[in-house]
Amino acid sequence: MNAYEWTQTLIFFLVLLALVRPLGSYLARVFAGEPTLLTPLLVPCERLVYRLCGVEADREMDWRRYSFGILWFNLIGGAVLLAILLLQGVLPLNPQKLPGFSWHLALSTAISFMTNTNWQAYSGESAASYFSQVVGFAVHNFLSAASGIVVAIAAIRGFVRRRSSELGNCWVDLTRSTLYLLLPLSLVFALFLVSQGVIQNFRGYRTVPLLQKTSYDKPKLDAQGNALKDATGNPVTEKAPLSEVTIPMGPVASQEAIKELGTNGGGFFNANSAHPFENPTPLTNQVEVFLILWIGAGLTYCFGEMAGNTRQGWAILTVMLALLVLAVAVNYWAESAGDPLVFHQGVTQANLEGKETRFGIAGSALFTAASTGTSCGAVNAMHDSMTPLGGMVPLSLILLSEVVVGGVGTGLYTMLAFVVIAVFVAGLMIGRTPEFLGKKIEVREMWMSIVTVLTSGVLVLIFTALALVVPSAVASMANPGAHGLSEVLYAFASMSNNNGSAFAGLNANTVFYNVCGALAMLLGRFAPIVATLAMAGSLAGKKYVPASLGTLPTDKLPFMLWLTLVILIVGALTFFPALSLGPIVEHLVMVGR
Amino acid sequence: MREMKSALLLFIAFTVICGGIYPLAVTGLAALLFPGQASGSLIADRQGRVLGSRLIGQPFSESRYFWPRPSATTDFPYNPLGSGGSNLGPTNPDYLKTVAQRVAELRGSGLTGTLPADLVQASASGLDPHISPQAARVQAPRVARARGLNQAELDRLIARHTEARQLGFLGEPRVNVLELNLALDGAH
Repeated sequence: MNAYEWTQTLIFFLVLLALVRPLGSYLARVFAGEPTLLTPLLVPCERLVYRLCGVEADREMDWRRYSFGILWFNLIGGAVLLAILLLQGVLPLNPQKLPGFSWHLALSTAISFMTNTNWQAYSGESAASYFSQVVGFAVHNFLSAASGIVVAIAAIRGFVRRRSSELGNCWVDLTRSTLYLLLPLSLVFALFLVSQGVIQNFRGYRTVPLLQKTSYDKPKLDAQGNALKDATGNPVTEKAPLSEVTIPMGPVASQEAIKELGTNGGGFFNANSAHPFENPTPLTNQVEVFLILWIGAGLTYCFGEMAGNTRQGWAILTVMLALLVLAVAVNYWAESAGDPLVFHQGVTQANLEGKETRFGIAGSALFTAASTGTSCGAVNAMHDSMTPLGGMVPLSLILLSEVVVGGVGTGLYTMLAFVVIAVFVAGLMIGRTPEFLGKKIEVREMWMSIVTVLTSGVLVLIFTALALVVPSAVASMANPGAHGLSEVLYAFASMSNNNGSAFAGLNANTVFYNVCGALAMLLGRFAPIVATLAMAGSLAGKKYVPASLGTLPTDKLPFMLWLTLVILIVGALTFFPALSLGPIVEHLVMVGR
Repeated sequence: MREMKSALLLFIAFTVICGGIYPLAVTGLAALLFPGQASGSLIADRQGRVLGSRLIGQPFSESRYFWPRPSATTDFPYNPLGSGGSNLGPTNPDYLKTVAQRVAELRGSGLTGTLPADLVQASASGLDPHISPQAARVQAPRVARARGLNQAELDRLIARHTEARQLGFLGEPRVNVLELNLALDGAH
């Protein structure tokens, strides 16, 4: 790294660290119903929403009712989005007259946005109308983020409450996280993004002349609109003049802000945050990475404050950020080391395939690690074109169940499941009663944590194996050999962990990937949510055991190292064989040739 | 039952707030505060005709223009309706063949020495409006020959169109290819 790259990376982390506490303690106050700066403005809106929707704000729920509420709420949202996508052609705000989605693409896309995955097997600029983007996708960007946050809050309450069966009211928590957190921040940051060049309008696409007129090879089509092929199977083309192009427009900034803040990641355009209209400057790049990490990081402080032990929150954040820094470093190193098969042809060394000039390697590495360590999945560089080890970084971060710092809410509750496992195993090894925050960890908590941590891994391996024996699924790979396996592994890792980024060469808009993916996204999202809430319910009912000499301190360095090891060992045991056959083999082939 | 109804009503309320009020508020404020940026940072000539967007690159292949990065957009290079990268992996034979062709083409246009990677490798969006200052400088002799300009004049033009790192330390220095080429035509 040169001095500029060090400076921009260091300043980034300093700013993030400085703003963790303000957001975290704001969140703790919001969910406790204590007054905040925005309270005078928002309380009337909040009360109005409760009155219109018939919500009894002071009635608390046990874990079953809380889970049911979240599941039902998401089901309604998913069904509405499915209908919007199927009927897109006849709905308003569609100046480009785009038709509805096919049933399997609509299904996969609806579930994808409902589960905070934002896996996209379509390209936004040529398939989704403004109505679908704004009323369909953007609404889910808010609500799926809010769903994740409230599950984390309910999980925290489980650890904090004593001899209680209640976890809070899910409608109140959903309303507060949207009104007090997501909306105001999105509004401010959307306007900031516009000031830098992100577009925001509802106009039709704009035709502009080319400065240098040119021509291109246009594929010839037969009467049915299929591409014609010559005797050798190559497409037949004809020269077509090209003197103007059409630039897409749309309400991008309002989408972009919540897309990062809610770790959703679904791009308005196909190129996602690499598109100059989504991420026009190096500053927007750093700010977008910041938004991706901020709520997830803030929730760790919120956890510490609600649990009455802020050191515990910082300890968890330290583990998360240590893994994040490591990931940025490895990706930066691999991409600067470049592709010897290219630079031996007399080209400068760094691998710039699939990267934007304005961000450089440092800006791309930071974005890539942040986006895949959370459940965001936005990309500012194409992961498929990274060097094998560079591309293994995002893949590994996703496979580690996204706890670096994780999706909004999901990162914290998944990390808490790892903490429970770490405490339990450590307790067995040193012969102490496993306790965390004064709660005994018993069989039920272990079961639920295992479900939270291992669901995605099981889904990834089963579906990847299935894809490798289904011929139509194999045909979707864009790259031959080991890299093709990486593409499929990445696809199911991304969907099962609700990330949504891709090794995008894979043609994922097929019945197989849409249907299997939808299943993976659903199970990968809701099995951990129900397990987490069940664990919270069980913990909330327990009595508090004061710390004694026999208690393992969970906010000190040895435990942080132990927790890091547990995360890495679970990940390595599950995925080492698959990673060896994909990126590791490809790396050996690349440097050995 | 009551909870199920609340869920439905809440979903409707949030659709109105997050899918209606919020985007309209951002659109209204954006049009008021940053009208140019909100509508695509378009470049217009003195008569007000739109020449392009300073954020969306255009394809150039003639010797008298500076060339942008290779682009892997669908149908044709720099198609704004088909943004995206090549998604070809680093060991893919098709990719390596394409790279070899680009290297040969650049060598054929008179470039010597180590080639800047950004002229050989396609961008992520396929619409990258920028190249590195180095990639602009190595093309200057070709453009100078084609236009009968002297090299020093072109070097000055490139320097004038080089954007420094943002705030002095963010991102990479870069040259906007469309603006540079518009300046060339204007200077002519």
